[in-house]
Amino acid sequence: MVSGARTLTGSLLQRSFWGFGSVVAVAYALLPMIWILSLSFKDKRSLTDNRFIPSSISLENYRAIADDPQFSAAIINSLGIGLISTLLAVVLAMFAAYAIVRLDFPGKRLVLLGALSIAMFPPIAIIGPLFNLWRISGLFDTWLGLIIPYMTFTLPLAIWTLSAFFRELPWELDKAARVDGATPFQTFRYVIAPLAIPGVFTSAILVFIFSWNDFLFATALTSTDDARTVPAALAFFTGSSRFEQPTGSIAAASVVVSLPIALMVLLFQRRIIAGLTSGAVKG
Amino acid sequence: MTSGAAERRLGWALCAPAVLAMLVVTAYPILYAFWLSLHHYDLRFPDEQAFVGLRNYASVLSSAVWWQALLNTLIITITSVAVELVLGLALALLMHRTFFARQFVRASILIPYGTITVVAALAWKFAFDPTVGFVNVLFGVDQAWFSERWSAFFVIILTEIWKTTPFMALLLLAGLTLVPQELLKAARVDGASSLQRFFRITLPLMRPVLLVALLFRTLDAFRIFDTVFVQTRGAQETESVSIIGYNALIVRLNLGLGSTVSVLIFVCVIVIGALFIKGFGITLDPRRST
Repeated sequence: MVSGARTLTGSLLQRSFWGFGSVVAVAYALLPMIWILSLSFKDKRSLTDNRFIPSSISLENYRAIADDPQFSAAIINSLGIGLISTLLAVVLAMFAAYAIVRLDFPGKRLVLLGALSIAMFPPIAIIGPLFNLWRISGLFDTWLGLIIPYMTFTLPLAIWTLSAFFRELPWELDKAARVDGATPFQTFRYVIAPLAIPGVFTSAILVFIFSWNDFLFATALTSTDDARTVPAALAFFTGSSRFEQPTGSIAAASVVVSLPIALMVLLFQRRIIAGLTSGAVKG
Repeated sequence: MTSGAAERRLGWALCAPAVLAMLVVTAYPILYAFWLSLHHYDLRFPDEQAFVGLRNYASVLSSAVWWQALLNTLIITITSVAVELVLGLALALLMHRTFFARQFVRASILIPYGTITVVAALAWKFAFDPTVGFVNVLFGVDQAWFSERWSAFFVIILTEIWKTTPFMALLLLAGLTLVPQELLKAARVDGASSLQRFFRITLPLMRPVLLVALLFRTLDAFRIFDTVFVQTRGAQETESVSIIGYNALIVRLNLGLGSTVSVLIFVCVIVIGALFIKGFGITLDPRRST
């Protein structure tokens, strides 16, 4: 341990370097969110005081958006559309991923490559056709009109992450369980499903974040509170009065819609990271 | 297990719903967009619909608006992806090395990724706004950021970088964990400095992941829409190609010209993808993962 003292000081210096870096990184990530939070707490008079931290805390803006039917409609639309498209995408992707991982059939590379090319597909390229088709078929400004594109555009992500997760599952276990006398259904119910759930859940989170975030389809394919989702409602938010800028209300609404995702991210941080990176490292 | 034919059929049957959905919602509309782009098709004048051949392409490609938007999009794409690469690498190294509040750091980094792009664009817009924002006061400047082209670009690019660097960082972090520690240790014993180890061992080994991350982010940045729409709506010559496509299709209801822009954007994406695959030799072969 001749070099013990040197490593210690070295590691102390290194540790404070990385520690400082961590503080900077956290500040970088949280700054705009803290800013919008503080903006949401400002009342009408202090809104233009240019202070980063509000001088007093007012819930005025939160009361305003709670009374706004536009905003509650958008939340319901976003939740409904997001959850249904997530469910559909994950179920379809589960079938495909199971087949890709467990079965041998020609064309499975093609499915993965096709999914990959759709992940890179520019949504603007199909906005015109969808707009026209939806207008003719009556899907314009409906939930289904957004569920269909969301489901499709999240399928690649879901298929890739689920295939990566399924590949790690100990499938030999099902043979062992069968030998022990379990029926195929029991094997699935008690052995495979519990192990597969974390992966399925992770891709569901990623898919939900995509639909919750989308703005392009939401503005192009909706026009009223019937199907307008949160991002579109925020961008077109007019507030209760036409004569004042609804900045405070928009800030409060932004905070409300960011909370669920922030909470999910904090709770399932490890899984989300695993899900996001599974495709990249292995693909 | 099952015999070959039955297994094959089951495989196809299980993939069919997903494949069908993807084909119906992307392949069919893109063909329809191509058809529309060959027609004079304006929803405000439905009676004037007619086949015009490549005339729409001629008018888009000879208009200054398209080239301006393409230039703007390339400026935004190249600047933001370049900065993200450097920042993302730094963040990835940080997450790889630090043990200081590791979980908290990683969770914070995910916040920008999870934030709705429209919310991020609004937050930065308000921050730079002269009446409500804190940026001008903080730096003691008097700047109307969104009334000039380059300062508006600055805020747009900043928003993009803030929002998507974490994604880049996480992909690169995954790449970092693939670098064998023994190799780095051996190099250290042989007297390689930390910089040498980084540039001679870590970076080359990360190359495949790095290129995939770059390709994904480049294509993603190229379709930028939300941030520009919220912050400037394309004013001060900050329109991106997606914005002019949207304006033609949804605002002016000109499906013919709008679809021409759409098809051109699609072609640009294919060209960028091909450049990456040919130029850098990226392999996106899924066989490697099985």
